[in-house]
Amino acid sequence: MIPLSGDIPNSKGVITEKIGSYSVRRGTSTLKRGLAHMLKNGVVMDVTTVEQARIAEEAGAVSVMVLDKLPSDVRKAGGVARTASIRVIQDIMDAVTIPVMAKCRIGHEYEAKVLQEADVDMIDESEVLTPADEFHHIWKWDFTTPFVNGARNLGEALRRIEEGAAMIRTKGEPGTGNVAEAVIHIKKVNEQLRKIKSIYDSGDKQELIQMARELKVSYSMVEETASIGRLPVVNFAAGGISTPADSAYLMSLGCDGVFVGSGVFKAEDAKERARAIVLATTFWDEPDKVKEAQKMIDERHSILGLDVKNLELKMQERGSMS
Amino acid sequence: MSGINIGVLAVQGDVVENLMSTRLAINELGMQGIVNEIKSPDQISELDGLIIPGGESTMIGHLSLVNGTLKKIKEKVEAGMPVLGICAGMIMLAKKTKDRVVGEMDQPLLDVLDIKVERNAFGRQGNSFEAEISLDNIGISKFRGVFIRAPAVIDVGKDVQVISKFNEKTVAVKKGNIICTAFHPELTEDLSLHKYFVSNINRKN
Repeated sequence: MIPLSGDIPNSKGVITEKIGSYSVRRGTSTLKRGLAHMLKNGVVMDVTTVEQARIAEEAGAVSVMVLDKLPSDVRKAGGVARTASIRVIQDIMDAVTIPVMAKCRIGHEYEAKVLQEADVDMIDESEVLTPADEFHHIWKWDFTTPFVNGARNLGEALRRIEEGAAMIRTKGEPGTGNVAEAVIHIKKVNEQLRKIKSIYDSGDKQELIQMARELKVSYSMVEETASIGRLPVVNFAAGGISTPADSAYLMSLGCDGVFVGSGVFKAEDAKERARAIVLATTFWDEPDKVKEAQKMIDERHSILGLDVKNLELKMQERGSMS
Repeated sequence: MSGINIGVLAVQGDVVENLMSTRLAINELGMQGIVNEIKSPDQISELDGLIIPGGESTMIGHLSLVNGTLKKIKEKVEAGMPVLGICAGMIMLAKKTKDRVVGEMDQPLLDVLDIKVERNAFGRQGNSFEAEISLDNIGISKFRGVFIRAPAVIDVGKDVQVISKFNEKTVAVKKGNIICTAFHPELTEDLSLHKYFVSNINRKN
């Protein structure tokens, strides 16, 4: 079971107020991590317009992520990628009933504040956008709005959680249509989790604190994670997912759900593909249903994949230094 | 098979939390029973009770249509199987829904309880909240209500009993074998609501 507690003392993101005769609390870990729990076994889709958001909702997406450009277009365009237009985000929030997320630049506290004021449901501090501060991520405990962060390994994931992330996703290599990096990252996290779990089970506290130093996180964070044998927040896969089989494969590796970026709306059969990826995510453990989902798409319509070895820009490396 | 057979609809959402809470509730009550994740019509036919957990109701509705699960649940609930609908589950059990911003909704529903539900009735995530509420009618005087983009009941048909309100908004209702809550009991350590649900389930066989 994933713990829902984890508030730090005097976190500015937790607000207490009166509604009628009731005393209510907002921005608690239970509420932030709880929202991520509601998304489990679902697909979050990147969208840039109201029309795409409606297609995503109709296909059964659990949430949409608003960007100015899809990751593969960010890659092509070059230059600085920033948070999406607030007006577009608001139009999308008015058009769909599912939660709406938006991306801000790594370390850009004020893009995040703008998104919180705009009332988005979750903020993605994302390597797809150009980092504003390579060395410091946002201190997410100061926000009432929950955050999701990318990670390539256990250390990155736990450091983001210590900064207040309510949800983690693998980084993969966004905008490539190539799932290989997402697979590497989720397997890496799994391998490291198995390692700390076995150390925890052996009772060797010295070895466990050594692991905390290697991962650059607190001992208590490592101990909590090791004791449950999984990340202490909901963990999705992301980066390069293009087909129903991609999604089902990542689910089989133990992810709680998936983010699909360019894979849907850069394909020529976006509507069918959106639906097919949702089906394969829900029924990932039933290969005949994954086959049916895969039948709904045509490989000739898939986004053209990129070999990660030849990329000039590796988005996954952004923000990994802290 | 001995003991009651409870299922948690595992299409999407916070399934595991309900599984754990229900298992603990059965243990604490000293009852015999099993609790499993279910997502096929065959599994549903064998159940004595069902929990429809929180998640995204549009998604759960559309995906439950695919393999006939929705129809099977409707049959079983109409035949008297106890069901607990939480948040998205409450929406699924309702007759009609509308969204606070988007307006009237046409989404796949079970249409087994005569209520109209307003989705996102308290606002978006920024307005999600925790507050102490009570469900006096079913003997729970204090409960920590965790409301996440929660719905509220805006129209209640006859014979539907309101069991909890928050600031004049109806957040839990009951009729016969059906209980619905807008908040998430599975996200708290308080098992009283799961215990109430489980204690009202009888073994079928």
